[in-house]
Amino acid sequence: MFKFILGKIILLIPTFLGITLAAFLFVRLLPGDPVTILSGERGISEERRAEMIAQLGLDQPVIVQYFTYLKHILQGDFGQSISTHRPVVEEFFERLPATLELAFFAILIAVLIGVPAGIIAAVKRGRWPDHVLMGSALTGYSMPIFWWGLLLIMLFSTILGWTPVSGRLDIINYYFDPVTGFMTVDAWLSGQEGAVKSALHHLILPSVVLSTIPMAVIARQTRSAMLEVLGEDYIRTAYAKGLPTWRVIGIHALRNAMITVVTVIGLQVGSLMAGAVLTETIFSWPGVGKWMIDAISHRDYPAVQGGLLFISMLVMLVNLIVDLMYGWINPRVRDGK
Amino acid sequence: MKLFADDAWRTTWNYFKESKGGLLGLGFLGLVMFCVIFADIIAPFDPSLQNRDALLLPPIWTEAGHWPYILGTDAVGRDVLSRLIYGARYSMFIGFVVVSLAVIVGTLLGLLAGYYQGWVDTVIMRLMDVILAFPSLLLALGLVAVLGPGLVNAMYAIALVMLPHFVRLTRANVLSEKNRDYVVASRIVGASNWRLMFNSILPNCMAPLIVQATLSFSNAILDAAALGFLGMGAQPPIPEWGAMLAEAREFISRAWWVVTFPGLAILLTVLSINLVGDALRDALDPRMRRS
Repeated sequence: MFKFILGKIILLIPTFLGITLAAFLFVRLLPGDPVTILSGERGISEERRAEMIAQLGLDQPVIVQYFTYLKHILQGDFGQSISTHRPVVEEFFERLPATLELAFFAILIAVLIGVPAGIIAAVKRGRWPDHVLMGSALTGYSMPIFWWGLLLIMLFSTILGWTPVSGRLDIINYYFDPVTGFMTVDAWLSGQEGAVKSALHHLILPSVVLSTIPMAVIARQTRSAMLEVLGEDYIRTAYAKGLPTWRVIGIHALRNAMITVVTVIGLQVGSLMAGAVLTETIFSWPGVGKWMIDAISHRDYPAVQGGLLFISMLVMLVNLIVDLMYGWINPRVRDGK
Repeated sequence: MKLFADDAWRTTWNYFKESKGGLLGLGFLGLVMFCVIFADIIAPFDPSLQNRDALLLPPIWTEAGHWPYILGTDAVGRDVLSRLIYGARYSMFIGFVVVSLAVIVGTLLGLLAGYYQGWVDTVIMRLMDVILAFPSLLLALGLVAVLGPGLVNAMYAIALVMLPHFVRLTRANVLSEKNRDYVVASRIVGASNWRLMFNSILPNCMAPLIVQATLSFSNAILDAAALGFLGMGAQPPIPEWGAMLAEAREFISRAWWVVTFPGLAILLTVLSINLVGDALRDALDPRMRRS
């Protein structure tokens, strides 16, 4: 097992170096040199310019510059935002909890609806529940979620008035200092009556929107995993033993189908981050996705560079965890070649 | 170069037409293609013509709506239906260019990686791993941020983030095909590497590539619309569906039709392509045929 984990981690090193190299080159690709970008539209004097070039190490060979960049990253220095002059690390991690909270609820909804939908479709294969569920899943998979979000706002916020249009909390009635950054948890810790409800109220529409595509993927994959398992001999044996249907499907079949499902859930993290950009933009959700969009429109390149790097490292980390979990659940993966 | 025998096309079609969803999708795509080709004839108005007397008119089946603005008008008095019809051109064009770019470059790199292996393989595949490590839409956004917002740059960015899927798929197929008897036989009779790659191996890797290309087509349209919506893709006043939604956003509480129809057009087009893709996959996969 130890060898398996070590092997997986070693495999990540070239990818990590590649990502940092890509992020490094990202700024090189920009028209104009970094000093021009950093100095803004007003420009600076020639002396100050030379000073800045030396200060940023831009007079060094590119390869040296890359290793300097890498060294800074390994020391946790991801540069400074141009618009706020604060370290990118701080800016990013300040907003990460909002995105994680949204992503967590989205995955929760996706699993709670997607897995049962997949199971029902598999069990009722070829009949109307299968057609209805898989038709809905394909529709969800094809959904432009930025439009879906607007439609839901139009229906539930504008017409029915059930949910708020944007934000994370009713800030007129509640105030408390952030402790964890997770609004639901902070609201609960604050002890203010109704605060948790308000936080959930703000969370529901964005998480439904963000859950749409993962839910569709999970439902489709659960169905095909279940179909595969339901054809196995041990399922027939379980039926032959006289076990009730719910036991055969809910325990014997589902447990084996779960391996696929867990992998699929893990693989959704990347697309979840991409979906978060759109969802956060629509709902003015103050997470890393909206922050990235703002950074792009302000041409705040260090922030974009740092954000891309962090997010891809996050995705890499989650994929590593999924890989390890996979090896843990399924010994054949761990020991086999 | 003939990639498929006539017979193979016919068999595929016979299986394909058994899927009702696939036929439905194909039918809707036919309608979209009709709009693409005959947009100049069937669109009632020029897509950028502004009528100051008809601002934010609702569709004709509502009380305030009136002929000939069938789906109403937007905030500057442009006919929504005409913009949707012309928008079909952009979406199909984007899908076609992006997928062609990704397929051509991806297949080539995949062939090289799988055929030569060794350091060529390592370099290409590690590069693809790096691209895959970024969430696709985010990487596309980052690239557009560097290259500058606009439709063409958005298309390059989307093609790049799609590349790894084609490279991986081609490489895996090449690896499983290259030691088959028919390839070895052509090598023995003296076929060149080039001939082996393109005439012997590639035609036998086509089925999964076609399916992947179809599904990527819908992703390309979705991603381009998302970039347009975020203001990083097609720029107004281009009637691209995503950009139309971005312009419509502020009228969400007053004019439901300017928000609803562009999104519906994206959804139906993407859904149709996915239906066709699913049906194609089943028709091209021999294992699915028997079940």
